[in-house]
Amino acid sequence: MSFLELENVTKIYPNGTKAVDETSLSISEGELMVFVGPSGCGKSTLLRMIAGLEDITDGEIKLDNRVINKVDPSERDIAMVFQNYALYPHMNVFKNLSYGLKNKGESKEEIEKKVNEVAELLEIKEFLQRKPGQLSGGQRQRVAMGRAIVRNPKAFLFDEPLSNLDAKLRGQVRIEIKKLQKQMGVTSVFVTHDQVEAMTLGDRLAVINEGVIEQVGSPIDVYEKPATHFVAEFIGTPQMNFIDGNIKSNKFVSKGFDCPLNIDLNNQEVIFGLRPENLKINPNGNITIKVDLIEKLGADSIIYGYDKSNNYICYRENGNTHLKSNDEITLAIDDGCYHIFDKETKKRLN
Amino acid sequence: MNSRILQFSAHFILIIGVLIMVVPIWIAFASSTHENTAIITEGMKWGIGDKFFENYNEVLNRKGGFSQEITATSMFINSFIMAFGIATVKVIISAMSAYAIVYFRFRLATPIFWLIFITLLVPLEVRILPSYQIVSDLNLTNSYTGLVLPLVASATATFFFRQFYMSVPDELLEAAKLDGANSWKFFVDFLLPLSKTMIAAMFIFMFVYGYSQYLWPLIMTTDEKYWTVVMGMKIIFQESYEGGNLPRVAERFSYIILSMIPPVLVVVVLQRWFIKGLIQTEK
Repeated sequence: MSFLELENVTKIYPNGTKAVDETSLSISEGELMVFVGPSGCGKSTLLRMIAGLEDITDGEIKLDNRVINKVDPSERDIAMVFQNYALYPHMNVFKNLSYGLKNKGESKEEIEKKVNEVAELLEIKEFLQRKPGQLSGGQRQRVAMGRAIVRNPKAFLFDEPLSNLDAKLRGQVRIEIKKLQKQMGVTSVFVTHDQVEAMTLGDRLAVINEGVIEQVGSPIDVYEKPATHFVAEFIGTPQMNFIDGNIKSNKFVSKGFDCPLNIDLNNQEVIFGLRPENLKINPNGNITIKVDLIEKLGADSIIYGYDKSNNYICYRENGNTHLKSNDEITLAIDDGCYHIFDKETKKRLN
Repeated sequence: MNSRILQFSAHFILIIGVLIMVVPIWIAFASSTHENTAIITEGMKWGIGDKFFENYNEVLNRKGGFSQEITATSMFINSFIMAFGIATVKVIISAMSAYAIVYFRFRLATPIFWLIFITLLVPLEVRILPSYQIVSDLNLTNSYTGLVLPLVASATATFFFRQFYMSVPDELLEAAKLDGANSWKFFVDFLLPLSKTMIAAMFIFMFVYGYSQYLWPLIMTTDEKYWTVVMGMKIIFQESYEGGNLPRVAERFSYIILSMIPPVLVVVVLQRWFIKGLIQTEK
């Protein structure tokens, strides 16, 4: 059942910039939806429209069958976690958590009970009397989460809440958020530009580019079957290799190499995409590259090189590679593991 | 070795600075405790004399003026009311107008701000006649309202509050909105507590400004009941010359020392917040 629904939502700023263009999306109850995209793609604007911090130029947003376009942010039954947490610096943690409840006019006992419950859940009980300035980054993050949870909203909105944490903490908090969200079963929207966060957190992803949703799907679907050239480029590290070429009688032909295809396509100009892990060293392969650069990551090695027509190809090998710069290697493409995009429309063809 | 010399010379300079500020006050205080004739014959004093209570009691309680009814105490009270009124209202008005300019994005907000700002170029002394005209048309001469009201608009304080509010992150407002704070609540629950130190600083400056006003109360008040300390200082001098007796130098010194107390008190009380704001970065 759709719980949070966007219908042709459009945002045009007074200066004429179109930040979000006729976006429709439905998010079911308890689902964690991730908006992912490069900075300036409109994902935050979309989130802020759901929160009510940004006017909606056109379209409709429904939460639990209620149109909330014109509803005051505080009455939308939505809680938001901000990128820099936006904790109230002059209030201690208890007051930070209780401020919203107090404004709702709840009784003192009720507030105390709710705050204590949340503080216990997030293990921030011992900090209740401290001010945000006296907390570490991770603790502040918890308080920010707590402030959202304590209001018991119908939906959580997260605006890049992990980007201010250091790498190690980010991983931890990511897992905590996921657990907490599942445990509480609250519909959530999470905005990030970090694809690892997007892949690991989301039940589904919405990949957004220039105000348009390019693809919606489960992380694995998006990874394995990117719907557009942009999605293929954006999701996956190292990036997918793209080679310009043509389809000629069921064969991909480029200046550097050819590849037979087992699907039926018209002869046309295309962009051919290959994930680095779908290439294997094989003397009978079709791509020959001259190694230029090697990145050893421990578990994997990433090898970059030029093919015959100077396309920069990246390939991933398990473990520690023995290759060196200027070695010449031949790579074969895993069976069927290629992505073909129309050169004009950039849409997926296979 | 080198750093020692540096430290020594730095302290030397600081000590000189302190002496330059403290010595005149000390001399004034020391002199205020001597007999009048002693100062006139022997010059100013460095040591404490034995007339402290007599002199100060005389200054505070002797009735003077044309009507022989006002005392220095009443002038202190007037000055305090005026300075306190000016400082309080100035802080409230500037905080609110800065809030309007920064947070209510109405058209012309920026031009209006600059309009407020250029009033800095027109100090009270320049517009004293029209100001007087207005106040007298409103029948506010010889009243506390008249003393305070024309001085309560402050471009400086508005400017400082504006700069401060602009540095408050937008997310704070947004988070507050989601928590159900309306614009009044955001002002009272967030901006005012956050700008506590700013308010303390502004209050100090404005109090001293109001306290040291001379020309305005002089023009405004014909009724001695509303005379202020700074005016009184001049009057006491005058009287001592015209009285035909010896100038009452010792009492003048007592008066000067007394007149410094209210602003000093304000600074001493408020500086705790002031310094707290400097060492605590909570924003």
